[in-house]
Amino acid sequence: MFDRVFTPAWNPFYCLGALGYFYFWVVAGTGLYIYIFFDTGLTEAYASVEYMTHQQWYLAGVMRSLHRYASDALVIMTLLHLLREFAFDRYRGGRWFSWVTGIPMIWMIFAAGITGYWLVWDMLAQYIAIATTEWLDWLPIFGEPVARNFLSASHLDDRFFTLMIFIHIAVPLILLFVMWFHLQRVSYAKVNPERGLAIGTLLMLLTISFVKPAISHAPANLDLVPGKLDLDWFYLWVYPLINVTSAELVWALAFFGTILLLFVPWLPPRAKKSAAIVNLNNCNGCTRCAVDCPFSAISMQRRSDGAPFSQEAVVDPDMCVSCGICVGSCPTATPFRRRGPLVPGIELPDLTIARLRDLTEQAASKLCGDNRIIAFGCEFAADLEKKKCENVGVVKLPCIAMLPPSFIDFVLSRDLAAGVMLVGCRDGECHYRLGARWMAERITGVRDPRLRARVARKRVRSIQVAPAHTEDLLSEITKFTSDLAEMDLQGAAVLEEAERDSPEIGAPH
Amino acid sequence: MKHVLQYCGQALVYALFGGLVWYFSSAPQYINLASGKAVIKLSFAHAAQHVSACRTRSPAELQKLAPNMRQARECPRERLPVYVELDIDGRRALSESLPPTGLSGDGASKIYRRLTVSAGTHTINVRLRESARSEGFDFAVMRVVNLADRQNFSIDFNLPKGGFILE
Repeated sequence: MFDRVFTPAWNPFYCLGALGYFYFWVVAGTGLYIYIFFDTGLTEAYASVEYMTHQQWYLAGVMRSLHRYASDALVIMTLLHLLREFAFDRYRGGRWFSWVTGIPMIWMIFAAGITGYWLVWDMLAQYIAIATTEWLDWLPIFGEPVARNFLSASHLDDRFFTLMIFIHIAVPLILLFVMWFHLQRVSYAKVNPERGLAIGTLLMLLTISFVKPAISHAPANLDLVPGKLDLDWFYLWVYPLINVTSAELVWALAFFGTILLLFVPWLPPRAKKSAAIVNLNNCNGCTRCAVDCPFSAISMQRRSDGAPFSQEAVVDPDMCVSCGICVGSCPTATPFRRRGPLVPGIELPDLTIARLRDLTEQAASKLCGDNRIIAFGCEFAADLEKKKCENVGVVKLPCIAMLPPSFIDFVLSRDLAAGVMLVGCRDGECHYRLGARWMAERITGVRDPRLRARVARKRVRSIQVAPAHTEDLLSEITKFTSDLAEMDLQGAAVLEEAERDSPEIGAPH
Repeated sequence: MKHVLQYCGQALVYALFGGLVWYFSSAPQYINLASGKAVIKLSFAHAAQHVSACRTRSPAELQKLAPNMRQARECPRERLPVYVELDIDGRRALSESLPPTGLSGDGASKIYRRLTVSAGTHTINVRLRESARSEGFDFAVMRVVNLADRQNFSIDFNLPKGGFILE
């Protein structure tokens, strides 16, 4: 549905992480502006925030509101991003690094958000300050209860605000560093949403900021206990939870929850597919596999076998997710080769190129009818097996970009089928991030290895379809079959016409 | 027409997402303390007396020590626990023995307790024992207070300032 409403390029679900980055920058930019007007101090803090909210409502007030609402949106995006990556099984194997580095970011986002509310020093801030320090005091690490700082007005001084503003600025800076770290093993990471989406979401935040500006509670007063509070439930839900349960239970949840999340990539155990292997005899160090790898699992290193090439591809098995995209990018992975064993420069031990050629030929041999189709499909896209029939043979791959374009030429030039169908994930939803994109670029000739010019493009049909939309696949197969039939009819007509126009060989004059 | 529908759909999604942010950024309201209630907080960090008094070392004992460690007086580090009782309107609200902190048990005993009571007049009786005595208390104070709605009433202990501080 979101594809239809937003188009795949703008679909927010395809760029949840990038939207998170965007909200972070909005929070950082607005935070810089309101910091100009912010005063640290028991009475000055509240007064300065009130000035921004009421006297300079048109700019500083809007900035304050944007600061709050973008922070809230950041929490939502982070949660959705985490759930989506988990739901689509995109956290194991070589992806463990991004998952594990993402977990501390959750703590940092909350720490930054909560200290932000603290700085306003209104009744809500007072509630947060006391509840936080009471929670911290459960840990047996403080010589004196930290919450004693808020026992009465005489216990508090301005230094506490200096500490809070330091934390509120330092934590996001560390967060930014971890955000950079988070993407170190992701090549071609998307850190900016499409411009249209960014404008749309910014307009949404601005609208809320104008219609419902962020306001403060009454000024903090340690002689009184905060009563009714308009909590920001995105950040502050933990405090009622402590109240309803206990500090120790919430510590246990936080601690064991974090540990569990950190170890999720290794739980429950799942058999890891074999990592790609490099066959140096056939690797000329062309770098295509390293350039195309979506997880930076391949590096180019100095040649070690004395062959007359400067580099060789080296696979890091811990980072390899066995997607096979490197195999699809290898120019030596061509099924035409018949002399000697078919061993390309790089391949997956679980699905070698020779095996892929065998599977293709087996699928073709079972086809009957006039409009035979070989469908190469990604195992994470729509289920092709259900669509297998007399004239459609199926070859499944870990990722559609594992298919070297020469296979398409092979199928058509050897008349193994009348048409080739390529079924991949939707762009933006590709299980291995870049497979659908790389395949499209290889077919259209903008990325190596390119599909040869001699291949009739009308006999190649590419479709990107989600598992939930198998009916789209069925209708596309039906359409492709009828298109192939029409092509054959036109071809026969042209041939007949040519035969009619040309003089018959050996005819009497 | 298709574009119009797309833009309408996008506007709807933004409205729903914005509505989510809008509502939960400040609602539903949370009641931290109901009307008609007040809070009494008892908190202090106080080091009790040492487990035993200092004593003077004999010349023989001093001779056994290294020359740089020949202190005439030997004082134990360990401290006694602080025992505290709090009665509100004649009923025991709290009684705790607070062990000293620190690996050697030589630090201050600490406490932070929050008690919710109804607003109005209350008789507060708080007592503290910091010595080795088994009966009675070293410090005690009784006061009748009239707590306003949502008032935060604190009971602190500070020996240099004379003992209990109620405010």
